[in-house]
Amino acid sequence: MSWEFLCDLLSGVNKYSTRIGRIWVAVVFMFRLLVYIVAAENIWKYEHDEFECNIRQPGCENVCFDHFFPVSHIRLWALQLITVSTPSLLVVFHVAYRENREKHHNQKLYKSPGEKDGGLLCTYLISLILKTGFEIVFLVLFYKLYNGFKVPRIVKCDIRPCPNTVDCYISKSTEKMIFLYFLVASSCLCIVLNLSELSYLIFKYSIKCYLKRYIKKCQ
Amino acid sequence: MDWGALHTILGGVNKHSTSIGKIWLTVLFIFRIMILVVAAERVWGDEQDDFICNTLQPGCKNVCYDHFFPVSHIRLWALQLIFVSTPALLVAMHVAYRRHEKKKQFRKGDQKCEYKDIEEIRRQRFHIEGSLWWTYTSSIFFRLVFEAVFMYAFYFMYDGFRMPRLMKCNAWPCPNTVDCFVSRPTEKTVFTIFMIAVSSTCILLNVAELCYLLAKFFLRRSKKAGKTKHHPNHENKEETKQNEMNELISDSCQNTVIGFSS
Repeated sequence: MSWEFLCDLLSGVNKYSTRIGRIWVAVVFMFRLLVYIVAAENIWKYEHDEFECNIRQPGCENVCFDHFFPVSHIRLWALQLITVSTPSLLVVFHVAYRENREKHHNQKLYKSPGEKDGGLLCTYLISLILKTGFEIVFLVLFYKLYNGFKVPRIVKCDIRPCPNTVDCYISKSTEKMIFLYFLVASSCLCIVLNLSELSYLIFKYSIKCYLKRYIKKCQ
Repeated sequence: MDWGALHTILGGVNKHSTSIGKIWLTVLFIFRIMILVVAAERVWGDEQDDFICNTLQPGCKNVCYDHFFPVSHIRLWALQLIFVSTPALLVAMHVAYRRHEKKKQFRKGDQKCEYKDIEEIRRQRFHIEGSLWWTYTSSIFFRLVFEAVFMYAFYFMYDGFRMPRLMKCNAWPCPNTVDCFVSRPTEKTVFTIFMIAVSSTCILLNVAELCYLLAKFFLRRSKKAGKTKHHPNHENKEETKQNEMNELISDSCQNTVIGFSS
């Protein structure tokens, strides 16, 4: 089990997406998943080993690292990627449900099981709202946990068993900060794409409904 | 998901590229991505562990390393490769959109559609003309811009492309100016120069492809202009014939009308 599974999942979702949805999938693949795997993972690989405190007291480094990094940036990033991709499964399940129903009744119940109308449209809209919601939640979590998106070079720690206020040094702080900003920028781009897709779908189907009603009235 | 997945995505674009585009893609995968993965990552693998400063002051090494290497070469190259490959996705999306439209036409049973089955549409290679020409040319332009930006960023961040053996650092908490030694500086310099050389080759290939596409575009335009100039007499003759026919028809109509009325 690895990121391949997520790739297959997103490729499957691509079939039922709008054009903006496909751009979203491309952005997630290229600017988030690929950057995470080929670059970001290596930066945070030895973060604990390279975290150094100006003290010989055993246990002080461990305790200080745990205090400043309750959940590592890289793990939060991975969780964000997985959580944000999962709402798309709702759409896949709904289409599978429709196809099963057609098989069960042995007749064509829908114009096309993947056509975004009625229930599937609602499911799609809900998945977009959930994706946007999760993105915002993770960005807020990042901001709250680490007091902004900065990674300082030095942090001061005075938790037991450290005997006094001790200087602790974070490795590759500038590089980590740059990649964090990259993560934030790509998340914001995905939020914008999701909101555009949401507006586009609501607008399109409102016009459709309005036109249908207008034609009925005329008749 | 890794560089292999990128290869699969871009491989699809290869079918619709020009010959220069295909050469560019080959250079990208063999001389940049493959070298990055099999060689460069090993050279930079121990960059922080073997970065040694002549002091026992805890934290001095971390701070000096962070000061001299704000973003590691290897990460910059990875980002450069991702950004440079992304514009090709525009072409892939455009091709996918065209295929989708042709499939729609085929399914509707449009008589204009010249395909026998959907498999033929999937296998078809689109020529770079019309709106696809604009998408393709824009993708080459963006590639050039990203390559240039990253090369400048490299030069700016590391004061040139040479990796020195020794760096002097006096960032706090280092107690005074301290000597710090970079691991494998010569090997890193060699690989840096190699990657810069290959980037420059890719820039040249992109410029050549851009010139080729522009030349093709202007040639096609001048051929079309030439055709319309070439056949104006022929068109005028046809027009006059049509006019004569119209006059004959209108005359005969008038006669018949007069005949009916009488």
